[in-house]
Amino acid sequence: MEEIKLMKGNEAIAHAAIRYGTDGYFGYPITPQSEIMETLMAEMPWKTTGMVVLQAESEVAAINMVYGGAASGKRVMTSSSSPGISLKLEGISYMAGAELPCVIVNVMRGGPGLGTIQPSQADYFQTVKGGGHGDYRLITLAPYSVQEMADFVALGFDLAFAYSNPAMILADGIIGQMMEKVILPPFRQRKTEAEIRHESPWAVQGKLKDKKVNVITSLELDPALMEKNNNRFQAKYRQIEETEVRYEEYNCQDAEYLLIAFGSSARICMKAVELAREDGIRLGLLRPITLWPFPKKIIETYSTQVKGMLSVELNAGQMVEDVRLAVNGKVKVEHFGRLGGIVFTPDEIITALKEKLL
Amino acid sequence: MKQEIIIAGFGGQGVLSMGKILAYSGLMEGMEVSWMPSYGPEQRGGTANVTIILSDNPISSPILNEYDVAIILNQPSLDKFESKVKPGGFLIYDGYGIHGAIRRKDIHVYRVDAMDAATEMKNEKAFNMLILGGLLKVIPMVKLENVLKGLKKSLPERHHKLIPMNEVAIKKGMEIIREV
Repeated sequence: MEEIKLMKGNEAIAHAAIRYGTDGYFGYPITPQSEIMETLMAEMPWKTTGMVVLQAESEVAAINMVYGGAASGKRVMTSSSSPGISLKLEGISYMAGAELPCVIVNVMRGGPGLGTIQPSQADYFQTVKGGGHGDYRLITLAPYSVQEMADFVALGFDLAFAYSNPAMILADGIIGQMMEKVILPPFRQRKTEAEIRHESPWAVQGKLKDKKVNVITSLELDPALMEKNNNRFQAKYRQIEETEVRYEEYNCQDAEYLLIAFGSSARICMKAVELAREDGIRLGLLRPITLWPFPKKIIETYSTQVKGMLSVELNAGQMVEDVRLAVNGKVKVEHFGRLGGIVFTPDEIITALKEKLL
Repeated sequence: MKQEIIIAGFGGQGVLSMGKILAYSGLMEGMEVSWMPSYGPEQRGGTANVTIILSDNPISSPILNEYDVAIILNQPSLDKFESKVKPGGFLIYDGYGIHGAIRRKDIHVYRVDAMDAATEMKNEKAFNMLILGGLLKVIPMVKLENVLKGLKKSLPERHHKLIPMNEVAIKKGMEIIREV
């Protein structure tokens, strides 16, 4: 069995990337996620697996290196924190438009602007509602533990390649900086050129005699063809919404009230659920693991069981809009959050629940 | 068993590394552990703190309302965390760093003069291990052998020669801690 290790969420991402057989990482440092590239540099995977680790001259350069790597069918990734992700959005939109798979990690910090280096979840809208221009969607995974930081690298790549679409791991400063136990995934071989040719026939791999020319671009000046492209994207997004929703229920069975929270907030909510139950309040937690596709069906189902829902987020009220859409007025939905890098305690969540719903 | 601990002091006092060693020791005991640092720009001079949870069961929140144990290494940390010790909990402080009075009557208060002892040992880096020794005397949450294993895991190999000195400091801390 693999050894149990103790490490930060950021470090777990780096180790998982090497073990997955990632071909390249392109990044630019920013707190609170700098340990991702630091760990990759310290591990020197170019000597073992052949993985490229490159500190680009800017975030914009890094995401465009990812575009290039992905276009050639490689498993490539980048990571940043909120202000850096804003810089990458143009490239992300281009990749969605060119239907290129990749993994992008956002270890969120408080904004807007340069903001603070402390934890936040204020990039929910940016991630699940577009961010960049055009009608595109990002497959979005929200890890709530160091173990999930490690596991979601593989899941992110698998989903990205299954649907030819960028996937985002949306974490925050808490999950990135905290240390806990983790079992790292087993080592996999990097894909060979022949495997890439077989599995990703769309990839550009240079001039080969037996291969037709592939063109990777998001540009299509003929609106009729561009609409066709968009319709294809939308059909793909509907399929992802149908098949890739992931969530976790915690003490929901007999719940009278429900907390909805993702990532680090979900961890703090678990403690709030324990404390509320000691207090005789039948509280449960529903944790979306995929933020897009959003687990709207299960939330709708609970709207007939519970007396109220509280969306607990480290922002001014973003996911709560999706909860309200899912519930469609059947039950009261409120929001509780702290802003700008301040993190709520379990007690504050219970106080908010009592004030807003009980 | 579950211990919810905050260690708080100045950056540079070894707050985060003491927490790390405690977390690794818990790992060696086979416990669930969580180590959550404050990660502001607080190297040397600013305040730094770390929350460590050691538990036989899975850990929910790494962020807590209140603590079983507060290890307080400077005055600003006392002001901030004294009220957050659970009734019946423990507050351990270094006499050198604290000049205000401790007001709580419903908690166990211990003093370990680690700064003085570290000066005596002519090794200021022993400071946090003296404190750790004091903690382990009062609440033996992890066995000394697992602390030593934890040190081995958390320190880079080039520092392994320092482990015997750390062991001496831990044992010294166990001797000098006093209930107030």
